[in-house]
Amino acid sequence: MNEIANIAIIVLIIIGAFLSLVAAYGVIRLPDIYTRNHAASKSATLGVMSILLGTLLFFYVKDGFFNSRVLLGIVFIFMTSPVAGHLIARAAYNSGVKLWDKSVQDDLKNAPHMKKSASKDQ
Amino acid sequence: MAFQILLNVFLGFMWMFLTGSYEPVAFLKGYLFGLLIIFTFRRFFDSRFYLLRVVAVINLLFIFIKELILANIGVLKVLLKPKLDMRPGIFAYPTVLKEDWEIMVLSNLITLTPGTLVVDVSPDNKILYIHAIDIDDAKETIDSIKNTFEKAIMEVSR
Repeated sequence: MNEIANIAIIVLIIIGAFLSLVAAYGVIRLPDIYTRNHAASKSATLGVMSILLGTLLFFYVKDGFFNSRVLLGIVFIFMTSPVAGHLIARAAYNSGVKLWDKSVQDDLKNAPHMKKSASKDQ
Repeated sequence: MAFQILLNVFLGFMWMFLTGSYEPVAFLKGYLFGLLIIFTFRRFFDSRFYLLRVVAVINLLFIFIKELILANIGVLKVLLKPKLDMRPGIFAYPTVLKEDWEIMVLSNLITLTPGTLVVDVSPDNKILYIHAIDIDDAKETIDSIKNTFEKAIMEVSR
């Protein structure tokens, strides 16, 4: 039983560390703010979630101590990270940051409410 | 729905007083028997049996976890490819959801799954503008969101 738990903890924490590493790598590698935002705010959620789950399981198996605050941490990450990601992307778009030149489509440019605000600025 | 839960709690307390034991287990037992009673009389309530809604919420949670893992693998593939040949872009997603909280949940779920991110919502709440890191086919992505998240949310709010 203890061995199985140990293997589960090791796998969870390695997956979490790997996902965080790849997210950091993606931030450096990707071309524009929108794609970097994907790497920074999203690959990290699953990574942090599995690290926290691994921590919870470790202390539960070792000390028999069930830390409910770790679970709350996961819930709060799920509530805050999409809002932050959305606001960063929206602020970037509204302040006129261009998409990567290999982007295939931009439906928002032709949206009626964006046109209106653009004509107001001029 | 709120009325059914209130009635169920009330039935639980009633069981506690009838049996004369004031322990949490007695309340739980009464709550379960109350659930049975409400299930039997479900056609006399104007809203549907509330446990169905609870099941729908749990179902939505599982769909979300599945999508989260699948989409993470997709983004990993894009990031670790030797050549950066993805095709990012913003596409419009017309939603049929009407309530504010439904759109909030939908856009949170879309943003949480890697690879897609809600950039803007049109003022009349009908169209979400989604940035995707790799659009093979915008139509396919729209269909997959429609069939997973939107359907599950509609199941909750029905």
